[in-house]
Amino acid sequence: MEDWQNGGFGFYVHWPFCMAKCPYCDFNSHVSKEIDQKQWRSAYLSEIDRVAEEIGPRTLNTIYFGGGTPSLMDPDLVAAIIERIRTHWPTANDFEVTLEANPTSIEAGRFQGYRDGGVSRISMGYQALNDEDLRRLGRMHTAKEGMEAFEIAKNAFDRVSFDLIYARQDQTLDAWRDELTRALELSIDHLSLYQLTIEQGTAFGDRYERGKLRGLPSEDLATDMFFVTQELCDKAGMSAYEVSNHAKLGSESRHNLVYWRYGDYAGIGPGAHGRITVNGQKIATETLRQPEAWLQAVEKSSNGETERDIVSKADQASEMLMMGLRLSEGVSLERFSALSGSKISSQTLENLSEMGMLLLDGDRLRATPQGRVILNALLRELLVDI
Amino acid sequence: MTDLAKIRNFSIVAHIDHGKSTLADRLIQETGTVETREMKEQLLDSMDIERERGITIKANTVRIDYLADDGEQYVLNLIDTPGHVDFAYEVSRSMRAVEGSLLVVDSSQGVEAQTLANVYHAIEANHEIVPVLNKIDLPASDCDRVAEQIEDVIGIDATGAIQVSAKTGQGIHETLEAIVKELPAPEGNRDAPLKAMLVDSWYDAYLGVIVLVRVIDGVLRKGDRIKMMQNGSVHPVDRIGVFKPEMTMIDELGPGEIGFLTASIKQVRDTRVGDTITHEKKGCAEPLPGFKPAQPVVFCGLFPVDNAEFEDLRDSIEKLALNDASFSYEMETSAALGFGFRCGFLGLLHLEVIRDRIEREYNIELITTAPSVIYHVHMRDGTMLELHNPADMPDLTHVDHIEEPRIKATILVPDEYLGDVLKLCQDRRGIQLDLTYAGSRAMVVYDLPLNEVVFDFYDRLKSVTKGYASFDYQLTGYREDFLVKMTVLVNEDPVDALSTMVHRDRAEQRGRALVEKLKELIPRHMFKIPIQAAIGGRVVARETLSAMRKDVTAKCYGGDVSRKKKLLEKQKAGKKKMRQFGKVEIPQQAFINALKMDD
Repeated sequence: MEDWQNGGFGFYVHWPFCMAKCPYCDFNSHVSKEIDQKQWRSAYLSEIDRVAEEIGPRTLNTIYFGGGTPSLMDPDLVAAIIERIRTHWPTANDFEVTLEANPTSIEAGRFQGYRDGGVSRISMGYQALNDEDLRRLGRMHTAKEGMEAFEIAKNAFDRVSFDLIYARQDQTLDAWRDELTRALELSIDHLSLYQLTIEQGTAFGDRYERGKLRGLPSEDLATDMFFVTQELCDKAGMSAYEVSNHAKLGSESRHNLVYWRYGDYAGIGPGAHGRITVNGQKIATETLRQPEAWLQAVEKSSNGETERDIVSKADQASEMLMMGLRLSEGVSLERFSALSGSKISSQTLENLSEMGMLLLDGDRLRATPQGRVILNALLRELLVDI
Repeated sequence: MTDLAKIRNFSIVAHIDHGKSTLADRLIQETGTVETREMKEQLLDSMDIERERGITIKANTVRIDYLADDGEQYVLNLIDTPGHVDFAYEVSRSMRAVEGSLLVVDSSQGVEAQTLANVYHAIEANHEIVPVLNKIDLPASDCDRVAEQIEDVIGIDATGAIQVSAKTGQGIHETLEAIVKELPAPEGNRDAPLKAMLVDSWYDAYLGVIVLVRVIDGVLRKGDRIKMMQNGSVHPVDRIGVFKPEMTMIDELGPGEIGFLTASIKQVRDTRVGDTITHEKKGCAEPLPGFKPAQPVVFCGLFPVDNAEFEDLRDSIEKLALNDASFSYEMETSAALGFGFRCGFLGLLHLEVIRDRIEREYNIELITTAPSVIYHVHMRDGTMLELHNPADMPDLTHVDHIEEPRIKATILVPDEYLGDVLKLCQDRRGIQLDLTYAGSRAMVVYDLPLNEVVFDFYDRLKSVTKGYASFDYQLTGYREDFLVKMTVLVNEDPVDALSTMVHRDRAEQRGRALVEKLKELIPRHMFKIPIQAAIGGRVVARETLSAMRKDVTAKCYGGDVSRKKKLLEKQKAGKKKMRQFGKVEIPQQAFINALKMDD
């Protein structure tokens, strides 16, 4: 068995366009008035064929349309991509196709079309449940519009998830408690709950550097919010299965589990990353970020990639641990040793367990909720000599 | 050999930035000693650090052939002396090697503390002193005021002061004429046994140790067997020469002449500044007076950031020590910092120069611990212990009393900053000895404990006076005071490298400042960390560094792996630069920054 099989195989498609750029977002997204979806379709299909030839036959677990705003894609385009991917690989029994969508009325109108084209799961960028905060986050929908889109989505798809951003400007602990309680009452089975992160190169990042981004919560308040989130979700049967992701048992995002379980994933579209195992070597792939440049490269040289690196065994072990400890299920130490050829110091494991940060259960290493909230520090300790 | 009457030996006394090096450059250039196209700035400062900092660390000489207005050919020997208080002894020896000085004062600035310290060396050496007012091209130049100040403060006649702009060349010719006419020719007896003063020495990779000498009596020839009178070592002279400023070989040096010799000497340590050189046979009976072995006064620990570089550090320190007899070292082990060296220096500048050279020339990143002075710890059994490192402080029950070195500090400062300077000196346990005015500048003299000065006094002084104060000091002796060792405990463990000696009355205040600083400097850990300052078993100040609460990436998907891994690698590298102490990691710069006081 190859290592990637511990995590499965997913296919990621990046759609780089948005109606507007959100001030917190550091994903590869662009605002463009004219998009020739036919031209993009040929490019995507050509990339699928290229990747398929390299990877060869295996079972496909998931497809994920991310962005950008993939709910701006024509349903036909989505269907064509899914169809082409499925011609190359047989799919698993629990095959999943997710598409990220914005909860505006226009986009909700396309949901049925996506469903017909093979999408089985929708992940909606809800972000906040009140208009004032939606406005501050630069979102194009109102709370009411979002709720309506959510209803449409629930009718069209068996599986619907939505995102909320918390630890926002001027948000109190009580306000977040109320908002999350309301969200959990919406009979939903998957929630992504992200703490607002100020990233460099975003509008918020610029404002923050100029000292103009006020009302951000203190580290203490943000931490309290994290633990309130765990508490409320636990009560609602939606425990965290990953740092920021909560689901009813069995409703986890299978595609994202491929990342966290450090499986293989192919990535196509501008700025998409991949990790694919070819001839026993793990390869990190990356494509051109600029939509036009990517399109041209695919058309002219049938390849949208920029550079690729072979990921060393030691780096694979680090990446596997870095991703795996985000999950409540943790990682296998044996798998770590098999990859890295070395062991994490047992003294370190013991110390961190004693401090209540880690749980060691036979071969399984897990971070406790206390440990998960300082995961970066844990990783520095665990990987310092690797 | 040159006729004594045609020799003039001189030095230049000046404060930093008053134009000493530029003036020296001009004198060399004016006489055609160096072709203009070969000129580079500050010809005499040969080390990078000297050029960068505008300071002179080693003495240098240059021999200038000058055809004077009287039609006679003269030999002018300039000794460029170190200008810093750390090298006061070297300065005094250089001064003894010449008969006169140019006192160079920036005519837009006036007399500074360092000018004073060095001019006193010149006066002590019975120099004829020629005042030179430099930088007269500057709009702020005020020759009358500065001449008056020279007379008031230094007490020498400045009516004939030469007005010079080393920048434009104005007054350079007059300066050369004044050297010939006003400075005395050296005296000496060619037929007496050889008596020469060792002015300075340094190591040259090709020639071995180069010794700068001033011949007093007798003649030094190539092939002579010479004896160093301090240690009795004998060496055959294989080269004799002068600097013009490049090395020029000659056959002999007679009385009054200044030049260099090489004699297959391998270590600078064997050539002590101020020593007397004579012939092995038929040597002179008495050495020249005033020799003092170099005495380090400031000590600190130097540890490699990367423990694996310890041997490289040893190697670099040994090499530097070969070339610097005033620098001492011994191996030190610290529980916090691992293996390193406890090093002794002439002063803070000397410390910085050595540290910079290790870091730059040998490429070793260093952790420097807080500088300490030598305390005299008088034990109950009547013995006395010289304490170089607070970590070695003996058990108090055996200690009778402790004495610390004191200095006499002279500070010149514009009136408007006087209040801040007095407060600073007061805060550092100073006792005011004198306060006078020279024009609009105040001159304050303080008796201060050296330990209050070795660390950041000069930085603080510069900061409270916006750089307008000048400062100089001399050691005056030891005095008893109520001194205690303050220990720092991080997470209940004492950190030896952070121990300091403090005055008992200041201990709480210092302790509080120290633990507050450490709280800022130590990053948060997964657990809370008490930081305490203690005297003996008693905690005098305490802070608690709370545990880190949140450090996690909210979103981490397939596209984030590479970036997050890079970030993690960077953080791991940063972690490797920390010192593990018990369960706590302390950043290397904390060991020195913790002690910096913002007052």
